[in-house]
Amino acid sequence: MNRIEYSQSKLREDETYVSKDKGVKLYDGDEKTSYEDGEVVLTSHRLFWGRPGEISRGRTVLCLHLKYIQSIDEESASSFVFGRKKRIILHLSMPTRDKSPGPNDNSLANFIKLSGRNGMDEDFVKSLNETVAAKVWEISTNNQSTNAAKAKSPRIQLRTGIVGIERNLQEKQKQTDDSIQLAFQDLSKLMTMAKDMVGLSKVISAKIRERQGDISEDETVRFKAYLMSLGIDDPVTREGYQSSSEYYSNLARQICEILLDPITEVGGMMSLADVYCRVNRARGLELLSPEDLLNACRVLSGPMKLRQFPSGAMVVQLESHDDEAVAAATLEVVEEKESMSVEELARLLSISMILAQERLLTAERVGNLCRDESMEGLRFFPNLFLKNK
Amino acid sequence: MDDFDWPWEYNFPPFFTIQLHGKTKELQLSVWTNLVLKYFRHHRESQYTIGDEIVLFSNQQIQRKLSNDGILLILEELEKSGNAAPVDKKRLQWEIYWHPLDEWGNIIYQWASDNGMTNTVCTLYEISQGESSANEEFFGLDQSVLVKALKTLQAKQKCELMSFDDNEGVKFF
Repeated sequence: MNRIEYSQSKLREDETYVSKDKGVKLYDGDEKTSYEDGEVVLTSHRLFWGRPGEISRGRTVLCLHLKYIQSIDEESASSFVFGRKKRIILHLSMPTRDKSPGPNDNSLANFIKLSGRNGMDEDFVKSLNETVAAKVWEISTNNQSTNAAKAKSPRIQLRTGIVGIERNLQEKQKQTDDSIQLAFQDLSKLMTMAKDMVGLSKVISAKIRERQGDISEDETVRFKAYLMSLGIDDPVTREGYQSSSEYYSNLARQICEILLDPITEVGGMMSLADVYCRVNRARGLELLSPEDLLNACRVLSGPMKLRQFPSGAMVVQLESHDDEAVAAATLEVVEEKESMSVEELARLLSISMILAQERLLTAERVGNLCRDESMEGLRFFPNLFLKNK
Repeated sequence: MDDFDWPWEYNFPPFFTIQLHGKTKELQLSVWTNLVLKYFRHHRESQYTIGDEIVLFSNQQIQRKLSNDGILLILEELEKSGNAAPVDKKRLQWEIYWHPLDEWGNIIYQWASDNGMTNTVCTLYEISQGESSANEEFFGLDQSVLVKALKTLQAKQKCELMSFDDNEGVKFF
């Protein structure tokens, strides 16, 4: 942090504006500072940080000469609450003697971090990398005086010699250490829950066995196959795409691939809640938010589509799924039992209550069934009014 | 229940829930309206207040009861064909006419002319309770319904209602 100086936020003669970002916080090394939620302006020579509005008014703000920047790193902070966000780390060279005073002048850290509330703007990071690589300031200072050459020397010192190499190695080691730690943060949480999960799956399989008597060998194998076949090799994630519409359409394609078999198996229709569970179980750690899933389902194309029933319930159903066929099949089931409630149908066909209800309502809309609302609840009967006419 | 001939729908639970499906509902309502008229005709009754529990709207055997809204819907359907009319503004009290009023008028007039009663005055009591009408369909007909039926006749200049003392009479032309 001791490389930062106070400076008026005015461009010098040969200096040009490059990029800016908002809502940025500064870190002195790994320490947080009170410089939060400010604006950052990148010029061809310098990097300014000021409270909102200060830079545009030309006030005295924090300023870092780009010549101090040795390398730029990115770090992603992950937390279960906020999701992933990127910070950038600026590794700095030793301060030159002619540096003007600045904040935290006695700081020892050799790097600072910039962090945005939602991570740093990709474009800003890109232009920062480019600007630092371009080294516009060297060209101008070289022309001006030999002063600049003197100023450069400490930086060269760092890079060369055994000390430089050693420091470099050390830094790299630390970086790998950090990234490994980050990578295993998620895993460690999973591991702490692993015991519970194993227990849970045991209970479930015990329950299944209890209810269905003896599960045949065949069924156990099938059950296992289901569990094994759920994973996706390469889940579509938001980071990979520029626009959300592109992201959603790709996600939709993947959802289509995952669900084709399961939906066909359950009779051509699956409630959105089931879809959500199915997809996220298949994705493992790259979980989808319900909103993303819904948006992706809205743009589903090909063999399946999202459908909203008049009741508001939403399902994903196969294109080939036909209301009349469902109505006819439902009628058959109800006729066999004389009359049926939503609950009974759900149990009989082992589908969710919502789907059972929609089936019955669909059959009613077509005129195959008629309703009986009484103290005992809603039941459906074959439509004898029409049939006996 | 006496010898009343209930339709099969009466023992079909969904009959007591107004259906949503258009065609079904239409059929259901027509069965109901026919049943209501048949029932009231069988019992020679004309007055009904919504909320009164009668066997017609409540089948104890299958534990089903038509809701008051449903009853209102059926009565309103009957009103459209002239077979019922609300008596009060809240539409709770209803009169049910198993013949529409002008049809009643014609039946009574037919009876009067068949019995040579034109140009004479007879009391309403004679018409609905008298010996000469004992075999007629309007025997025992509700007084207020009778008056309304005669009023339709009066509008056609076929009779004239008159009141004397505390009794009402009618003269057929």
